[in-house]
Amino acid sequence: MPFRGGSLQTDLNRQHYDCRMESARPSYSSRSLPIDRQLQLRVVGRLRDILPQRAILFREEDTSPYECDGLTLYRQQPMVVAIPETIEQVADVLKLCHAEHVPVVPRGASTGLSGSALPHAAGVLLSMAKFNRVLNVDGYARTATVQPGVRNLAISEAAAPYGLYYAPDPSSQIACTIGGNVAENSGGVHCLKYGLTVHNVLRVRGLTMQGDPVEFGGGAQDAPGLDLLAVVIGSEGMLAVTTEVTVKLVPKPQLARCIMASFADVADAGQAVASVIAAGIIPAGLEMLDQAACRLVEPFANAGYDLNAAAVLLCESDGTPAEVEEEIARMIEVLQSARATSIKVSSSEADRLRFWAGRKNAFPAAGRAAPAYYCMDGTIPRKRLGEMLKAIQEMECKYGLSCPNVFHAGDGNLHPLILFDDADPESVARAEAFGAEILEHSVRMGGTVTGEHGVGVEKLDQMCSQFDRLTLDAFSGVKRAFDPAGLLNPGKVIPTLHRCAEYGRVRVHANEVRFPDLPRF
Amino acid sequence: MEPAIAALSEQIRSAAASRTALRIRAGGTKDFYGNAPLGMVLDPRPLQGIVAYEPTELVVSVRAGTPLAELEQELAAKSQMLAFEPPHFGSDATVGGCVASGLAGPRRTASGGVRDFVLGARLLNGRGESLSFGGTVMKNVAGYDVARLLAGSLGILGVLVEISLKVLPMPVAQSTLRFETSAATALRKLNEWGGRPLPLSASAWSDSMLTVRLSGATAAVRAARDDLGGELIDDEDAMEFWRSIREQTHQFFAGDTALWRMSVPSTAPMLTAGDQLIEWGGAQRWLRTLQPTQTVRECARRAGGHATLFRGGDRSQGVFAPLPPALAAIHERLKTEFDPAGIFNPDRMFAGL
Ligand SMILES: Cc1cc2nc3c(=O)[nH]c(=O)nc-3n(C[C@H](O)[C@H](O)[C@H](O)COP(=O)(O)OP(=O)(O)OC[C@H]3O[C@@H](n4cnc5c(N)ncnc54)[C@H](O)[C@@H]3O)c2cc1C
Repeated sequence: MPFRGGSLQTDLNRQHYDCRMESARPSYSSRSLPIDRQLQLRVVGRLRDILPQRAILFREEDTSPYECDGLTLYRQQPMVVAIPETIEQVADVLKLCHAEHVPVVPRGASTGLSGSALPHAAGVLLSMAKFNRVLNVDGYARTATVQPGVRNLAISEAAAPYGLYYAPDPSSQIACTIGGNVAENSGGVHCLKYGLTVHNVLRVRGLTMQGDPVEFGGGAQDAPGLDLLAVVIGSEGMLAVTTEVTVKLVPKPQLARCIMASFADVADAGQAVASVIAAGIIPAGLEMLDQAACRLVEPFANAGYDLNAAAVLLCESDGTPAEVEEEIARMIEVLQSARATSIKVSSSEADRLRFWAGRKNAFPAAGRAAPAYYCMDGTIPRKRLGEMLKAIQEMECKYGLSCPNVFHAGDGNLHPLILFDDADPESVARAEAFGAEILEHSVRMGGTVTGEHGVGVEKLDQMCSQFDRLTLDAFSGVKRAFDPAGLLNPGKVIPTLHRCAEYGRVRVHANEVRFPDLPRF
Repeated sequence: MEPAIAALSEQIRSAAASRTALRIRAGGTKDFYGNAPLGMVLDPRPLQGIVAYEPTELVVSVRAGTPLAELEQELAAKSQMLAFEPPHFGSDATVGGCVASGLAGPRRTASGGVRDFVLGARLLNGRGESLSFGGTVMKNVAGYDVARLLAGSLGILGVLVEISLKVLPMPVAQSTLRFETSAATALRKLNEWGGRPLPLSASAWSDSMLTVRLSGATAAVRAARDDLGGELIDDEDAMEFWRSIREQTHQFFAGDTALWRMSVPSTAPMLTAGDQLIEWGGAQRWLRTLQPTQTVRECARRAGGHATLFRGGDRSQGVFAPLPPALAAIHERLKTEFDPAGIFNPDRMFAGL
């Protein structure tokens, strides 16, 4: 996603991303399809029976702030934006759209990075922003029940008085909503130890595309029948509209300490990650930054990263003071024998937060270092991190763009940040080709095209590489089972047969003919 | 397709053509679970062996017919484990049956259930086609998470061929403590402890005795032991005790009286009278009772959960709590998508499915 200017804080504090503020320039990846004005009038007319005037937006100046999510390369003017305030209104909007055969795209805070909340030219964009209430925090049962538009961080804030918190912590947590987290199965820097969204949600209440209420999971640790909760989480808003979420809360660890280790070689750092795991340690966080990423963030974050190191590893331990002391000692031992060139351990909470400040500000720092950046999200087997970095270095030369790397190293989840100029169509095209090649490489290494940001519209092509046609058809079958009419967020995640055929043809040529005149160095 | 897989695929295709029901059955250790099995046996045990295991990746890929004991042995040799501590219910248990039944053991509340550890799965659907969901990496949101959906699916969507599971290191230290206490006090304590950063890895209350297990770093286990008090149980006895809970060889499970599994919020107060064994920090309650299905179900429902007739009893009303119509409709359509001829394990989960 190309993020432009501004600080992360102000970007994320906005109600939703206003695409016009991100970039005044046209985008090259997708051009908005025209709106059918007659259909628009008809749908707006019908919506007025359900919603107050203020809750229906259809004039271009009102709808254009909604034309993209965090992946601003893709834009589409929504036909209508509906902003319901009650569950009944949501159900009525869905019933109306179902009857009229109008697609619906649910929307949270628009921080998604794969275009999964991209509007539909002939559809209703269903903003869940008004559903922002924490309904209940039960300290004794260690659960919180919240509306879908509640921000991720707000849950932990509401749980704090009980000494509890909600574990999954995406870097966007001050802005993104739990409804979006459920849709994307979002992770964070602590998910190696504490799990992803799917491991921390007990129940999702929602509405089907037909407007019928459904409940997935429940108040217990399992529910009768198939585990539909497991498939609704991560379904990118295509199977049901989430109207309420019950999450698990976990006790706040008494103490957390972080080790910052430098390595002279990326391969050593990769090996160190494997050694930590091999020693039977599951760190609370295990993140890596390559030299380019360290140099990118250090001027902004003053984290104290070793700028001469080829890679820096952040390795965190949490628990009781005795537990942390024991674990930190073991981690240091492992990192030393894995050829760390220097090791620092946080000696205070301020220290620890400073170590993390660099990692957590990688995206905004990239936003300042270049006109735009494109964040990739493949996951690979941990042992191939070093190899992947080398491949990315070669791609930097091939495409003439630089690409600092940050990793959720513990999970093998990569976030290469391709720096480019979004004012230059040629640069945009190179960035996209660069990104596609990283994803293809992830698949070839036995990994996946997306670890936590979702497929959306962005990775439709690479889904053709990762899955065979039969499996893609099975995904369509799942979609039909929940939404027989195919109206809920259509066109995302599952590529059509035709698209894969096209992509296959392009790919055959890509290796030889793409950017033949770029200098190779 | 490999010969073993091709042969199963052929068996499926011919069954589909003649609309013959197939009962997917490996070791048969979970024959008792679910509604009565029907149909011709399809035995996935030709699918054998660990396909890939790299301890530093925390992932193992294994063929569905592989004995569960063999897998656990391999993992133990590298000081790793299946953290959901699945019950075997017999030496013939296979990995496929473990995943399809979706049953987890004492560590459930602390570590998660079967579905929490499934990363990928290969499946033969009702057309005999091989589908491959998820993968072998920790984090993967490409496509719907069908692999997790297969955990606990009781084989109604297809035949598991290969499964990739996340594994975890075995805890360095372990201690078991015992307290004499009423069920009500045990429930209160368990919920209070659950809200504190204690290394609790299992709990079981029955017969006025609460037993808890602590697992983790040596320092953490020692500190928690001092903090909680109680009687320290000898390691060997403790191991035997937790095995008896996991495998249901504990005397609570002896005899023929219907055994119900109540899955409820951990904070639910003590349920209807009847002999009970409480696990999972209060979230799983085993009940021996002669009360009618209706009464038991209603009791679980009021507590915010559901009840499964686990063993014995009057099974005529189905062993699982029935689904509300909107969910039932999704189940029916999913079944049709994966198994259009309706051949796999008919009625095993719900009558007519
Ligand atoms: C700076 C930055 C850092 C990020 N860091 C991380 C990270 O560390 N880890 C990570 O996993 N992600 C990260 N993300 C990605 C993003 O924040 C997550 O995907 C997030 O979960 C999206 O939430 P949202 O509320 O913004 O949803 P949106 O972007 O509005 O929507 C995302 C998807 O959710 C669906 N949706 C939203 N609400 C509902 C609902 N009520 N019912 C049904 N469907 C719904 C939409 O249709 C869409 O498919 C980051 C993004 C940014 C901009």
